[in-house]
Amino acid sequence: MNRFATSLCLVLVLAGALALGLLDLLPPAGSPWHVSPYVVSLAGKYLCYAMLALSVDLVWGFAGILSLGHAAFFAMGGYAMGMYLMRQIGTRGVYGNAVLPDFMVFLNWKALPWYWHGFDNPMFAGLMVMAVPGVVALVFGWLAFRSRVTGVYLSIITQALTYALQLAFFRNDMGFGGNNGLTDFKDLLGYPVAARTTQVGLLWASAAALALALLVCRGIVSSRFGRVLVAVRDAESRTRFLGYRPESYMLFVWVISAIIAGIGGALYVPQVGIINPSEFAPANSIEAVVWVAVGGRGTLVGAVLGAILVSAGKTFLTGALPEIWLFALGALFIVVTLFLPRGIVGLFRRRRALSPLPGPEPAE
Amino acid sequence: MKTSQRPPETLLYLDDVTVNFDGFRALNQLSLVLLKGEMRAVIGPNGAGKTTMMDVITGRTRPDSGRVEFAGGVDLTRLDEPAIAQLGIGRKFQKPTVFERQTVWDNFLLALAGDRRPRFTLWARETSEEQDRIAELLKVTKLSEHAYREAGALSHGQKQWLEIGMLLAQDPQLLLVDEPVAGMTDAETAQTAELLREINRSHSVVVVEHDMDFVRALGVKVTVLHEGSVLSEGSIDHVSADPRVIEVYLGR
Repeated sequence: MNRFATSLCLVLVLAGALALGLLDLLPPAGSPWHVSPYVVSLAGKYLCYAMLALSVDLVWGFAGILSLGHAAFFAMGGYAMGMYLMRQIGTRGVYGNAVLPDFMVFLNWKALPWYWHGFDNPMFAGLMVMAVPGVVALVFGWLAFRSRVTGVYLSIITQALTYALQLAFFRNDMGFGGNNGLTDFKDLLGYPVAARTTQVGLLWASAAALALALLVCRGIVSSRFGRVLVAVRDAESRTRFLGYRPESYMLFVWVISAIIAGIGGALYVPQVGIINPSEFAPANSIEAVVWVAVGGRGTLVGAVLGAILVSAGKTFLTGALPEIWLFALGALFIVVTLFLPRGIVGLFRRRRALSPLPGPEPAE
Repeated sequence: MKTSQRPPETLLYLDDVTVNFDGFRALNQLSLVLLKGEMRAVIGPNGAGKTTMMDVITGRTRPDSGRVEFAGGVDLTRLDEPAIAQLGIGRKFQKPTVFERQTVWDNFLLALAGDRRPRFTLWARETSEEQDRIAELLKVTKLSEHAYREAGALSHGQKQWLEIGMLLAQDPQLLLVDEPVAGMTDAETAQTAELLREINRSHSVVVVEHDMDFVRALGVKVTVLHEGSVLSEGSIDHVSADPRVIEVYLGR
């Protein structure tokens, strides 16, 4: 079942992205088959959200760590990508400074801050996309799991973390563009960011990255490591008395999860054309948790499904009835918690193993 | 006057162990010696310190003073739970705690002795040796027919056996078993006594229990705890004849 669902999800994501891209590029603009660039960038955005949802599900669904700050890792990856894109602007900025991004010239800065060095190199920036969220997660997780901070306390701390980062990134002297963030991107690896072909390429890259992340997550949770992880989720202290160190297991998936979120954020930024501190908003992280709950916690595939469906719903609702979106989101969370505890994916699962009675499975 | 000379076959050695919880003395200068291969029953009224003693031995609680040594002088007070578990001390809790959302098979697999580090479990494949061992454990615990059911779907008694089986899978030198027959039927209780005696052939065991019939059925040396220290020690007939024991525990 898990195998089948994962394969189906992989095929749908890859084939869907391929089809959308080709239908944007090939048919002429008037054709009924033509897909507009707007839809392409929307689809690309959803796939990046799906990576964030996947990373949340890996820690929440399988290790029981409810992170209410995962969008912070997404935003860190996004900022790392944004810094690379800013350095690619060069003299085409408003002030024409070859080294300094516009906002630094505006702030009268004379030189590039040390932490901006190297970001003109795409390899280095790519590494930072993974390393920055990875290292932040490593330090945060090491401190938290070692002190046995779990449950609601950990959730609150993760929420505080993302809020603190949001406030910090709002400040101009942090050197990340303050509340305007980073924008006006020109080139990505030498291709113009806004070009249709580049956007289609980004959609495909997002689909490939999502597929790879899904395979990695599936590999982790179906290994013996994954079984220990579920054991930690359900009876942490029992695993200690069996000789396992739950903190090592949680730390490992926590870091992997942060890296996946970071890659999602990095692919997201060139598709939406901007990264600013609002990506750190606590509500974003909570929305990611709702995606996972709607799709089905602890199923991986459900996280992908939930992210895409809820985001599509959001796009529709904020267009049609913008004032009710937040109410709809809240209602959705309540309804899913009450009536679909295992999410949409749970609807398709037989509850065979959980049936309390011995004997053959009921044929249904 | 305590002697510092211990017999060489001592497996577990508690000396003068005291634990305070906010002024409440859970263990009060408790001393206890368990020999290799021995099975010991520990009884005592609620609050006598039975569970705290288990917590101290398994590293969950650090004693305020006293010595806790295992297998030739390893100081247990300096180790944490996973380290002590890997040293060879297994623990069964009062309330059966098995991994409810996983199959009986996987519960055994997780408990089997082996490398516990993530870098191993990430790549580990089930070996045929492990499969044989699990099949054997399924047989001992009478769970062969339930191997692929989720552990959460088992009956209370089956969960207790699964947990005892998981202890065996760890292959510890010492098993600590907390109230194994609480909530069991008479037949299950008798079978459990049988199972523990079987286990005792190759392992040392400490059983904490309230059920006097069960303790009598085990037929082993009994330690009576009261207010955190040893009140009496000896055969079940000896301790049940001890006037102090009758006063605090059996007399009611």
